[in-house]
Amino acid sequence: MPDEDLQKELIRDLIIESVEGLDRYDQELLEFENDHDAERMNVIFRVIHTIKGTAGCLGLGRIEKVAHVGENLLSLLRDDKLKVHEGMISVLLSLSDALKEMLDTLENTESEGDKDYGELIAKLDALQNEDAEPQAETPETDDSQSFGLFEDEEEADEVSASADEEGTAFGFFDDEEEPQTEDTPESVQIEEAPVNQSEPTPTKAETPKAKKPTKPNCSGSSNVADSSIRVDVNHLDRMMNMVGELVLARNQIIVNSTNYDENALIKASQRLNLITTELQESVMKTRMQPIGNVWSKFPRIVRDVSSEIGKKVNLIMEGKETDLDRTIIEAIKDPLTHIIRNSIDHGIETPEKRIQEGKPEEGMLSLRAYHEGGQVIIEIMDDGAGIDIERVKSKAIEKNLITSSQGSNMTEREAMNLIFSPGFSTAAKVSNVSGRGVGMDVVKTNIEKIGGSIDLQTQIGQGTTLNIKIPLTLAIIPALIVNSSGERYAIPQVSLLELVRLEGPQAKSEIEDLYGSPVYRLRGKLLPIVFLDQQLKTRLEDTNDGFSDEDIVMNIIVLQADGRPFGLVVDQINDTEEIVVKPLGKQLKGISCFAGSTIMGDGKLALILDVLGLAQHSGVITDSDNRALLDDDKSESDIESRKQSMLLFNIGEDRRMALPLSLAARLEEFSEDQIENTGSQQVVQYRGQILPLIRVADHIQGINTSNEYEGKTPNTLQVIVYTENDRSIGLVVDNIRDIVDEEIVIQRESSTAGIKGCAVIQNKVSELLDAPEIIKSADPGFYASAC
Amino acid sequence: MNEQKQYCTFYLGNLFFGVDVLKVQEVILFQDMTHVPLSSPSVSGLINLRGETVTAIDLRQRLELPSVELPEPPKNVIISAEGGTVSLLVDEIGDVIEPSEELLEAPPENLSGIAKDLITGVYKLNNNLMLVLDTERTVEFDAAIS
Repeated sequence: MPDEDLQKELIRDLIIESVEGLDRYDQELLEFENDHDAERMNVIFRVIHTIKGTAGCLGLGRIEKVAHVGENLLSLLRDDKLKVHEGMISVLLSLSDALKEMLDTLENTESEGDKDYGELIAKLDALQNEDAEPQAETPETDDSQSFGLFEDEEEADEVSASADEEGTAFGFFDDEEEPQTEDTPESVQIEEAPVNQSEPTPTKAETPKAKKPTKPNCSGSSNVADSSIRVDVNHLDRMMNMVGELVLARNQIIVNSTNYDENALIKASQRLNLITTELQESVMKTRMQPIGNVWSKFPRIVRDVSSEIGKKVNLIMEGKETDLDRTIIEAIKDPLTHIIRNSIDHGIETPEKRIQEGKPEEGMLSLRAYHEGGQVIIEIMDDGAGIDIERVKSKAIEKNLITSSQGSNMTEREAMNLIFSPGFSTAAKVSNVSGRGVGMDVVKTNIEKIGGSIDLQTQIGQGTTLNIKIPLTLAIIPALIVNSSGERYAIPQVSLLELVRLEGPQAKSEIEDLYGSPVYRLRGKLLPIVFLDQQLKTRLEDTNDGFSDEDIVMNIIVLQADGRPFGLVVDQINDTEEIVVKPLGKQLKGISCFAGSTIMGDGKLALILDVLGLAQHSGVITDSDNRALLDDDKSESDIESRKQSMLLFNIGEDRRMALPLSLAARLEEFSEDQIENTGSQQVVQYRGQILPLIRVADHIQGINTSNEYEGKTPNTLQVIVYTENDRSIGLVVDNIRDIVDEEIVIQRESSTAGIKGCAVIQNKVSELLDAPEIIKSADPGFYASAC
Repeated sequence: MNEQKQYCTFYLGNLFFGVDVLKVQEVILFQDMTHVPLSSPSVSGLINLRGETVTAIDLRQRLELPSVELPEPPKNVIISAEGGTVSLLVDEIGDVIEPSEELLEAPPENLSGIAKDLITGVYKLNNNLMLVLDTERTVEFDAAIS
């Protein structure tokens, strides 16, 4: 590699490493402010030290100089020679700002820029010399704008000389850390976008004449550090393997297109299918990033904003590890930052006011992220003043967003949504932080752009909660394709619980009418039913004409919206498919029943149903349901706990028997010729063991087996394998019928040996088999030898 | 010298419309559409434009013109608007013309209804009038019917 390229490469590495490092630096510094953990200070020190070292190697004297001064101060802190205080943290934070600024300039102009950081250096120096006495200093990041003299090589040399004097490590092969090699064994840097380096710029990064405007050359957000992610090397290897397989599958198909062989084609398509799926998952995994990556910047923002406007805020973050698609993470960064600033500025009150109102002096701002139903929910909650709805209304009227008559007719929720309209701000005065009237509308548009939604709840004096729901990934989701009134619709698999099909004459009557609302009894519970064609107003007038009752088939899709199940009746259920989600046009956003559209295999479009929207539209879930829902859940869990899974089978001709499923280890079928005899017992070889068989019928009184077995010797035996203490025994029954979940109440004790009693299962009387009793009578040694 | 604006023109019945040619992405023949339930009559459906979903707006409905049986299926004028790509369904496509600025006049005062909002000007051409349609406003509406 030519030297020039090498230099560029190294500088780019430096930028990536340093920006990452400085983010960490900010975080650790803020934590250090609270817990004074010496280990943190080591990390902090190391970041700056690394930057200084690497910058020095690459001849970036100005960065090195600033880092060096910072390092000096940090080394004193590390060695406990100085006590940290708030003012010092602020200065150290502005050190990281200054370094970031220089790195930014370096990236955009390939020179370090010529901004004078003298003031910062002086401050850092002053702090070194001060004694432990705390001194409040305002954080001031804005350094003087004067274009200082160019720092030239001489000065850099001077710095390195002084660095040597200090005895601090400096140079290429610093043993303490070497940024490039630190992570290489398990991770590698992937560049998403090639960094713009094509400009013919002076090669020497230090050339003072390379004075270019410091603004980014292309889109502002995509700088080097943001456009790279860390990926596990093993993962990358696996992906490469899969791509190899993909190529092979493609080759097979290409060969097939010239000499057609149906079997080979089917095989190749299956392989292709498999590989695509795996590859898709794999790539998705690569793109998934914990939301903590964005959040890590928030403590700093909270600190800066709150100290700027004199408020005290405690930031709580939960669910940092929640994974999200990278593009989504990028997209929510700015909206979240804005919301946080807003919460501090508008929401949380000044300490004096909080004390007056009997709240703790320090305001609470909590961020919570979690997965729910294929979505990620981010909750931003503050315990501030809340939002005065009347004030929102009057403000909106004042700004001509609504008329006063509109205002008085608005529901609370509608009024709340005014906050998201363009040109709205309730801040009494415009501050540096917020209140310029642009903001929440942009937040809303940005979130909606990625298919998310934002919802606001507030209570005056108690605080405000913002709920942001965003999809896990924008691109591809599994969905069930259904037909209704001749159109296809896709239902996201995440909200699907089960499918129920009602056939024949009873189909119609099984949907019962409850004051005009159709319901279906699903395993004894009422399930509200929604007819899709009715909801979408696509029902053809003559739906039932020409159908006799026998022809009727009801397809009920049991869906879950907001934790509440409901049944959706459609005309036809097709297959499940992975669909590529395409957003709907702006005009159609208002239709809550649809979440988007997708293009089917035949090139036609199908709409994706928004299950929650559909449920709300049809009135299956409303706010007032919530209470009932809670009660419901409780009673359900009560029943659940008494429910048992029962295995139903027949003995003899018509004796219905039941056995708790938990007692059956496995259900097996053996053919008659597998049975061998050992003495008086019948056994089969089963999983390398000898499994004794007991014919249950022989051990229960009142079952006359003889002529039945003689009459039709079944070719296969159905066997329930019963296992206890690592010993197994096979119970031979005549016909295993079903497994049911039911609450079992023994109605009548039985005097028959081997039968515990009778219970009503599936509306029929069944006898509960006492398996241990039967085993004891048939094979007395089974329990004895186990003990 | 100010640049003269070019207009992509089309007909709805006897009315002659023009939209800024820079807003028009392409003009295509009638496509199969997927009906969107619960949407206002202004939305004809969705079309698949090379893998992208595009909302087709029935311009007659949007401009509150009566629907008529057309001898030929409507054409799609694909507009790239701020909120995304949208298709306007029109009766017939005209030429791209470059009328002189001097012929432009504000819409007459007695223009009423939705046309007042959507028509920004009138070019007095030799043989007819060309109505300038504001594409952004035309495609900006909420298609949900409550």
